[in-house]
Amino acid sequence: MDQIPAIARVFAYLSLLTIGGGMAAFPEMKNLVVVVHKWLTEEQFIHIYSVGQMAPGPNMMMVAMMGERIAGVLGALVAAAAFFIPTGVLTFGVGRLWNRLKNWPWRDSIQKGLAPVAIGLAVAGTVTFGRASVTGWITAAVMLAVFALTIRTKFNPALLILCGGVVGLIALR
Amino acid sequence: MSDVAAPAAQAVATRPPVSVAQIFWAFLVIGATSFGGGVVAYLRNSLVTKNKWMDDVEFLELMSISNTLPGLNATNMSILAGDRLGGTFGSIAAMLGMCLPGFIVLTAAGFLYGHEGDRPLVAAALKGVAAAAVGLIAATWWQIGKKTVKGFSDAFIILAAVLMINHFKVSVPITLLTVGAVSIFTFRPHAAEQKETMGEWIRSLR
Repeated sequence: MDQIPAIARVFAYLSLLTIGGGMAAFPEMKNLVVVVHKWLTEEQFIHIYSVGQMAPGPNMMMVAMMGERIAGVLGALVAAAAFFIPTGVLTFGVGRLWNRLKNWPWRDSIQKGLAPVAIGLAVAGTVTFGRASVTGWITAAVMLAVFALTIRTKFNPALLILCGGVVGLIALR
Repeated sequence: MSDVAAPAAQAVATRPPVSVAQIFWAFLVIGATSFGGGVVAYLRNSLVTKNKWMDDVEFLELMSISNTLPGLNATNMSILAGDRLGGTFGSIAAMLGMCLPGFIVLTAAGFLYGHEGDRPLVAAALKGVAAAAVGLIAATWWQIGKKTVKGFSDAFIILAAVLMINHFKVSVPITLLTVGAVSIFTFRPHAAEQKETMGEWIRSLR
């Protein structure tokens, strides 16, 4: 219960870092949730983040699962609200102003300039995530297989992740 | 309702009226069925192909706003499209519809994880899930990168961000501010053009 204000602060702050997608915030999220506040162990954090990839809807809704682990259903609600409402209000406002910004010369520069930054942050987040999750040759094989299948085929990604779980169940006990 | 919807709805005068309930339902369906990321494809299928609430041009315009701002594409797109279709309330309905199913599923998952997460079998399965998730996320960004990265300066910016965070352990916000500023400056408007268009832009605001 006493963690609620901290949950609100941390997840609202993290949401502002999600330029181009949730992965950008991953290193900072891991640092705040695992190291600074010690809400979850690194293993729990990785588990929850991965389960979130299988759920429907926005792929960062796992913040609700983290909130639930920290402070129950209220924690889930606060984490989700803090993560989605501030950026939502910002988007709403900019969406309304967009037509006025149409001829602003820097608009194009911001758009073009942020595209590679977003990719860089996402790659950095993926590397951080990979270092914590790929711990041996079996996990490395699962990662490479899913990577190749996603690029080459049209398998449903959630199904591929589920298959990874089955492999883990059999080979990683 | 109509006065709230007015500012955003002006853009496309020919659009048939869409009720807040219709908007909520359409986004609830997407929020409940878009497994494994890639929500944008589901959104396009619903908004452009199935419901014909907007065309591809408008959809891409909303995507470019969504990409430039913090926040996920799934929720940013819900807010922007909801506003275009039904004003403030449409925007809230779209956002709630998109988020509700995942929220319920993952809150329940958190509860279950708290009770069963320590079992060795669950931990083993989740190790496999995590490794697969890394592969999926890497593949998604590989595909985006292949489409977006053009030329040396893009590659340099990406490399700089990755090295700062992963090698030099610089925090994400500082990396975002420094590399972001350099990158935006790289794509700055040309000086002459800037003088002219800036004046034009300021005049257009009056």
